[in-house]
Amino acid sequence: MIKLENVHKSFGDHEVLKGVHAEIDKGQVVCLIGPSGSGKSTLLRCINGLETYQAGRISIDDETVDVTAPSIHDLRTRVSMVFQRFNLFPHRTAIENVMEGPRYVLKQGKAEVREKAERLLTRVGLADKLNSYPAALSGGQQQRVAIARALAMEPEAILFDEPTSALDPEMVGEVLQVMRALAEEHMTMLVVTHEILFAREVADRVLFLDGGRIVEEGAADEVLRQPKNERTQDFLRRVTHPV
Amino acid sequence: MSDFFVSAQIYLPILLKGMWLTISVTLLSLALATALGLVWALFRTSGVRWLSISTRIVVEFVRGIPILVVLFYIYFVMPEFGLDLTAFQAGVAGLALTYSCYIGETFRAGIEAVDRGQVEAAKSIGMKTPLMMRRVVLPQAFRIVVPPYANNMVMLLKDSSQVSVISVAELTMQGKMLASSTFDNMTVFTLVALLYLCLTVPLNFAMRYVEVKMGQAR
Repeated sequence: MIKLENVHKSFGDHEVLKGVHAEIDKGQVVCLIGPSGSGKSTLLRCINGLETYQAGRISIDDETVDVTAPSIHDLRTRVSMVFQRFNLFPHRTAIENVMEGPRYVLKQGKAEVREKAERLLTRVGLADKLNSYPAALSGGQQQRVAIARALAMEPEAILFDEPTSALDPEMVGEVLQVMRALAEEHMTMLVVTHEILFAREVADRVLFLDGGRIVEEGAADEVLRQPKNERTQDFLRRVTHPV
Repeated sequence: MSDFFVSAQIYLPILLKGMWLTISVTLLSLALATALGLVWALFRTSGVRWLSISTRIVVEFVRGIPILVVLFYIYFVMPEFGLDLTAFQAGVAGLALTYSCYIGETFRAGIEAVDRGQVEAAKSIGMKTPLMMRRVVLPQAFRIVVPPYANNMVMLLKDSSQVSVISVAELTMQGKMLASSTFDNMTVFTLVALLYLCLTVPLNFAMRYVEVKMGQAR
């Protein structure tokens, strides 16, 4: 469904992505892991058209992701994104945050959208926070609202950019739980994460990105338990045994 | 002291006429300056290079000229180019033009102060720029901008006294005329100052109120 072919991306002289190939099939959960600075977030942002890329091709169901093309807005409604720092709209309540896209981008009716937003917020366990402003919510709650906001677009896939990295440790679980439930419903997901346990349990496939290239990929169990690449081994050792 | 009140009773009706004109000049030029300032700010932050650069040049140019000179220019020079405005119109135009640049810069700073993550979140749910501006960026920029905007408003009110130089009979001008015909400088200018305070002090309080109100919604 999402296809990356020889994607190159530079910031000035600094080449971040040096020819990335990858494919994410419909209904798959793929975790993208790798050291910081390896280009994971940049890759995700390129797929959502938040960054341009200089060479290669990214496509969603054969439609090319091109930031300068008018089709980009439509593509973004089909592939949602969840950010590390939540990026909820601070001037709107939880339910308004969720309603914003369907109401003003997809132009769906107010009553219908409201009902959908209530349903989604209930699903992420926030039925009692509909009218709270983001500032009154914990990090974990904010991220769950952000996931509901992404789901409200009824996307074909969701990109998660380190969704738990900005959270206090005790709140990581509640967000991962919501994501696991989505995976069980076969939502197509590409997740940049450092949560190796989550990846092992939930992901169908794991991609290991290092130095702007995917150096290892395969079934989650394989890559995470018996990595073949030396750098993957080294990375996993450091992540799982930090001391 | 009783002299003061006796004279004040005679002067006040004349000064109130001027004050009325001060209010009209201020409100009109504020409305124009705000609208134009928003246009400047949107041009500056548009990401379209030529638009942002040419706006910047205009803004820097106008900001670098004293209001008095702008007023003289519009009132005395523009007729040579066929633009013949009344003193009132020229006064409003000059204040609006000058303040649109100050207010525009204020708005620009507000727009740029909105977190980039907000723009990305808006884009990621498929918003195009105009919708994103209207629903996400401007409402947040607006909050940031309230205190400096209020400051601009009060300055504009006080600077409206400058249009007296092109013979608009607003509060300061009325005071000057009254003082030169009665030689009662102290009473007249005390009254003028008090009347300005009657406008600026409530304005400051109103803005504080708005600021607090908006702070609560966060």
